Amino acid sequence: MFGFGKKKISDSLARTRSSVFGQITSLFGGGEIDDELWDDLEALLIQADVGVETTMDLIETVRQRVTREGVTKLADAQSILKEEMQRLLDGNNASDFDRERLVTVVLVVGVNGSGKTTTIAKLANYYQRQGRKVILAAADTFRAAAIDQLKIWGERANCTVIAHQPNADPGAVVFDALKSALSRKADLVLIDTAGRLHTKYNLMKELEKLRGIAGKQVHAAPHETLLVLDAITGQNALSQARHFKDSVAITGVVLAKLDGTAKGGVVFAIGRELGVPVRFVGVGEGIEDIMPFDSKAFVDGLFG
Amino acid sequence: MFENLQDKLQGVFNQLTRRGRLSEADVDKALREVRLALLEADVNFKIVKEFIARVRERAVGIELKKTITPGQQVIKIVHEELLTTLGDSAPINLGGRSPHVIMLIGLQGSGKTTTAAKLALHFRKSKHNPLLVAADTRRPAAIEQLKVLGRQLDIPVHFEDSSVSPPKICANAVKVAKSGAHNIVILDTAGRLQIDEALMEELNQIKVKTEPQETLLVADSMTGQEAVRVAEGFHKQVDLTGLILTKVDGDARGGAAISIRAVTGVPIKFLGVGEKSSDLEVFHPDRLASRILGMGDILSLIERAEDVLDEEVAERSAKKLLAGKFNLEDFLEQLQQIKKMGPVTKMLEMLPGWKDMTRAVKDTDALSEENMEKQMKRTEAIISSMTTKERRNPKVLNGSRKKRIAQGSGTTVHDVNQLLSQFRQMQKMMKQFKKPRARQNLMNMFDGFR
Ligand SMILES: Nc1nc2c(ncn2[C@@H]2O[C@H](COP(=O)(O)OP(=O)(O)OP(=O)(O)O)[C@@H](O)[C@H]2O)c(=O)[nH]1
Ligand SMILES: [Mg+2]
Repeated sequence: MFGFGKKKISDSLARTRSSVFGQITSLFGGGEIDDELWDDLEALLIQADVGVETTMDLIETVRQRVTREGVTKLADAQSILKEEMQRLLDGNNASDFDRERLVTVVLVVGVNGSGKTTTIAKLANYYQRQGRKVILAAADTFRAAAIDQLKIWGERANCTVIAHQPNADPGAVVFDALKSALSRKADLVLIDTAGRLHTKYNLMKELEKLRGIAGKQVHAAPHETLLVLDAITGQNALSQARHFKDSVAITGVVLAKLDGTAKGGVVFAIGRELGVPVRFVGVGEGIEDIMPFDSKAFVDGLFG
Repeated sequence: MFENLQDKLQGVFNQLTRRGRLSEADVDKALREVRLALLEADVNFKIVKEFIARVRERAVGIELKKTITPGQQVIKIVHEELLTTLGDSAPINLGGRSPHVIMLIGLQGSGKTTTAAKLALHFRKSKHNPLLVAADTRRPAAIEQLKVLGRQLDIPVHFEDSSVSPPKICANAVKVAKSGAHNIVILDTAGRLQIDEALMEELNQIKVKTEPQETLLVADSMTGQEAVRVAEGFHKQVDLTGLILTKVDGDARGGAAISIRAVTGVPIKFLGVGEKSSDLEVFHPDRLASRILGMGDILSLIERAEDVLDEEVAERSAKKLLAGKFNLEDFLEQLQQIKKMGPVTKMLEMLPGWKDMTRAVKDTDALSEENMEKQMKRTEAIISSMTTKERRNPKVLNGSRKKRIAQGSGTTVHDVNQLLSQFRQMQKMMKQFKKPRARQNLMNMFDGFR
């Protein structure tokens, strides 16, 4: 439809499939439902960064259902597993990008280097193509050349970038960006923020402030707050999601760099504990390398 | 959930008598906890398996000691094995011909550019003359980023147009270094996936053209299970000589370091511990081991304390503490010492279990650096407004004295009362330590790590 990276997605999922999760399929391919199956499953889920607790929980749930429902065929056990995995990902709240409103404001947050700026470029491109008028706010005034980076992407995505000088107050940037969005009748504002570790108190406070500024200017803004997560991240992603949810109420996750070999299995743990859904996946460094997240396709893809 | 392995193991071993030898069953029970802790810390599943097998072999059948608990004994073995796996820290190799080329490589977003600047600063501090090279022509504004950092540090950066190929830029940089008397050349390469054949080939071309002494993998401490495959991929294709672990200032347990060490065998050279260019630390295996086990960074704390605290003052207050003669005067002195150790929150973060505690606290505001500092300043002001007599014997503080102190310190009587009640509580706690049992326990806590 938009011509973005469809091929790449299937490429990267194929790679995933042929590795760890592909083995799950083969696990279910023959043999019996026995202890060995559960052990192997445990090993494979943990190796996909699903995490010990979530893995144990998943296996326990599937085991119980297998017993209760009198399942004997491996294929049926597999569908149960898929169902349960998908359930963890299906955070109930629907995306808030597309609701009718004057201007939709999206705050993009995450730890250093996770892929925030690139994701914003991809999202800008994605929504511009859907006919929306996008404005980018360069609120990372801290990292060296972060503003230049966003400006280059803005040019490529063909949208306006509101920026101040390096080290300027990020709050002022947000303020200006929203003001100009209202006056130019833009309908989507994407705010790029400086990468920060979720454990840094002052930096998290600063994010909260940005949130407040947006809310004062535009009703109920930010309407989406996205945590960009590097797919390579292990269990620390859970701590990230927890902290960012506590301080800026993230509404969704973008799983970036899924074109690598990492599985991003920690999103199952995030879904389970925090109910925060994945909104998009990043599958490359190009501006088109983004896909809306589809939990069924994600889990199906993992199983081949 | 596995924040404190030591507590867990204590639980496991509490049922045991402390006589005889560690049985297979006991060891297995303990190692189940260790396994969980390592997996939670993101050590790779297969590596954990091998590791546990090694510890098991050592632990089964050892004789139980009287001085430390069985739990501590197992932790000690685990700790030692971790240290062996982590290896010693190694300096940057500056042997061979000058200029010495250091190539930084890694996945996208792992922290190469920031680390390049940190290394350059590190070398300049030790009187070398580094040249930074902007060889990431792919990511928008990556060249500009390094240029800005170079400008901030006043360290020269070699850059060319982004249309020039990275191997060529690097080769030119080495020439520039030679003519400009730079003895160290730091190559900041573009982030890449280890499965990207074309880009991995590019790295090899850079190697051929510049003959780096060091090829360092820059890896994020938050990396999960995949660390093994990533490190293996880079190592096979470009022969790593070392590892730099980044973003260690967060709360990631850093198990990836174990995984990477185990599959590559190359030494860990530095840790990145903050966004500033000075935030680079020499790697200490013992600290990282404690951290991976979720036991906090006690050693760092102790070391920092040793660094900045006045030994005499410390000893004096310790003696007074134990004698129950600790007064407000000593308290003030201690406060001033603690202030020297840097941000209080940073110190507290090094304590085991601290993060769990803060997670439980609703009012995180109270734990903010700002707030703690305010609190400390207030306390200092209040004590400073007291007379010597009052400091030594707070009992004399009546209503009018308190009012005077509040006025003098710009606080309220309520604040003064609060401080006094805190101080009384502290004294009570100290009395506990006077009991030999409690003291022994405190000592035991550290024994496991000697
Ligand atoms: N392979 C791959 N690389 C990606 C993806 N998304 C981002 N990157 C790369 O990851 C690196 C970091 O991306 P940025 O967008 O600058 O990350 P950031 O979170 O804005 O970084 P800071 O602002 O420095 O915290 C860049 O080299 C990007 O090209 C992805 O989906 N796949
Ligand atoms: Mg950025």
